[in-house]
Amino acid sequence: MSTALAAPKGAAAAAAQKSGHRGRSTNAMRGGSPMIYFVALVVIALSIGPVLYGVISGFRKNGDLILNPSGMPNPWILDNYVGVFKNPQFWTYTGNSVAIAGITTLLVVICGVMAAFPLARYQFPGREAIFTVFVAGLLFPATVGVIPLFILIRDLGLSNTWWGIALPQAAYALPLTVVILRPFLAAIPHELEEAAQLDGASRLGFFWRVLLPLSGPGLVTVGVLAFVGSWNAYMLPLLLLQADNKTLPLGVADYSAEHSTDIAGVFAFTSVAMIPALIFFLAMQKRIVSGLQGAVKG
Amino acid sequence: MADEATARLGVTASPATSTPTVPVAGRASARPAAGRPGGRRGNGASIRKGLEITLFVAPALALLTLFVAVPIARAVQISFFKWKGYGDFEKFVGLDNYRRVLENTEFIEAFQHNMIIVVASIAIQLPLGLAIALLLNRKMRFQGTIRTLIFVPYVISEVIAGVIWYQMFVPNEGLIDTVLDKVGLSGPQQGFLGTLETALPALVVVLTWKYLGLAVILFLAGLQGVPEELYEAAQLDGASWWQIQRRITVPMLGPTLRTWAFLSMIGSLQLFDMVWVLTRGGPANATSTMATFLVQQGMQRSNFGIAAAASVILFVVALVMALTYQRFIMNRDNTVTVVRRKKVRR
Repeated sequence: MSTALAAPKGAAAAAAQKSGHRGRSTNAMRGGSPMIYFVALVVIALSIGPVLYGVISGFRKNGDLILNPSGMPNPWILDNYVGVFKNPQFWTYTGNSVAIAGITTLLVVICGVMAAFPLARYQFPGREAIFTVFVAGLLFPATVGVIPLFILIRDLGLSNTWWGIALPQAAYALPLTVVILRPFLAAIPHELEEAAQLDGASRLGFFWRVLLPLSGPGLVTVGVLAFVGSWNAYMLPLLLLQADNKTLPLGVADYSAEHSTDIAGVFAFTSVAMIPALIFFLAMQKRIVSGLQGAVKG
Repeated sequence: MADEATARLGVTASPATSTPTVPVAGRASARPAAGRPGGRRGNGASIRKGLEITLFVAPALALLTLFVAVPIARAVQISFFKWKGYGDFEKFVGLDNYRRVLENTEFIEAFQHNMIIVVASIAIQLPLGLAIALLLNRKMRFQGTIRTLIFVPYVISEVIAGVIWYQMFVPNEGLIDTVLDKVGLSGPQQGFLGTLETALPALVVVLTWKYLGLAVILFLAGLQGVPEELYEAAQLDGASWWQIQRRITVPMLGPTLRTWAFLSMIGSLQLFDMVWVLTRGGPANATSTMATFLVQQGMQRSNFGIAAAASVILFVVALVMALTYQRFIMNRDNTVTVVRRKKVRR
């Protein structure tokens, strides 16, 4: 196996050498080559192009947009954006999104850190079995249970409520949370626990006064991931929420369908809808990535 | 046995518990020490501790049971009945729902689309993401800004991204057709999303745009883990940039690549949001996925038995692919480590 893997690499490297890559590429290793910046620019343009297009198109009049979709706004107008901010539905949707994502995040962080604490720092029979239950939870895609979940939420009388979305979303976010938090809590030095015990703190006292403050960064990471997931969620809210309880993604989809002739308005609505998420997530980018890596390594 | 159990309950204070950054090692060393110090604690403390553990783990387990385990068990149950979504289960149909799903050409097509998306996602995003990550993994100005901007598509929800792309794909008046028109080409009459042959490729383009940033960011993070000395040594030995990438970077990045591919695969199998916003699975099911199939069957036609059977099949497909992948691809990591070590020694 190992030779089979090694052989083609050797051959390819030899071929690369023959084709005269050597001199040029060693140069590039030092960085600063204009070519690299050019490639980076192209990649960035492709990445944020559609987003910018949406934002800029929101500043146009529909007629102008239809006549020349690839040009710049002429003149730049604010009406569409003002319209979004004056639209009471927009605020209703935003309020619902904030509430649902907030409840989900709180549930996930509280339940997650509580579960991860004994799993990380207590010795007891069945500990690994319980942890395995959480790991197995990672394997169940939300799509599989979505139809019975719809029926369950309906039977619990939670259809069309914030809790009806937040509870299942928290449940689906918990496995990843516990998987990320357990090694995090386990890594907190044991000396601290001994010191706390000498000072007369109980295990619960240690949990409250030492462990929770120290695990701030870990809690922020799992909180951000839960918030991201809930804020962007579509399938479950689509099945369970109606009318005034819809979240922002549902609102965007509805607005786009209902105002299909008012393209500039749709772009403005969509652009405003992505601002809070964009700001929040870009500020938290490092945490999201480290969380994802934690999941990858966990 | 019971004694041993209570004894273990008493040992939070075992030093080994605090070390497990590598949990397995910590656990293994904790066990032998468990018996002795714990025995000294009173029985009351053990009970109290058991209570603490139960209270701490219970909320999470309750949520997991009620909203993850129960619905999935119910999905299996419903899949054996003909059921319209209300009342008692009356008509047990055995495996009939499964037979109907597996004989349903719409489901077969949806399954094929999922497979195409799995393969296309990996085949396009892996080389592209790797190339971009390798290019950006060097000292350059605005590095942080560049990385952040590449991550933007991933950060936006699928619905919002979908609505923007939907508008860009509008036939004739949308951005894409207009730009094509300017360079003397023309898009299909019904637009890319409305034409049978182009709808799925268009969907793949949008998915590539949406998820390439995640690949790049994860690969870049993986590249941070490659020790600087390896590069220095290779450069001293006169290795070219290309050789260094082939022989050091890519093998060292192996585990990250494989894990990313795994996540991408599982995500592709469950794809729903983007499809629903862009095409609802159309035209004529050209972009349907297993998830859009089961939502249509369940929510729109109230064929809950069929939808449940489809969801169980989706789960089994995902599980089989995940296990196969773990078995045959993930465990190559050891082999690659061996190859790498040999090379470094040389």
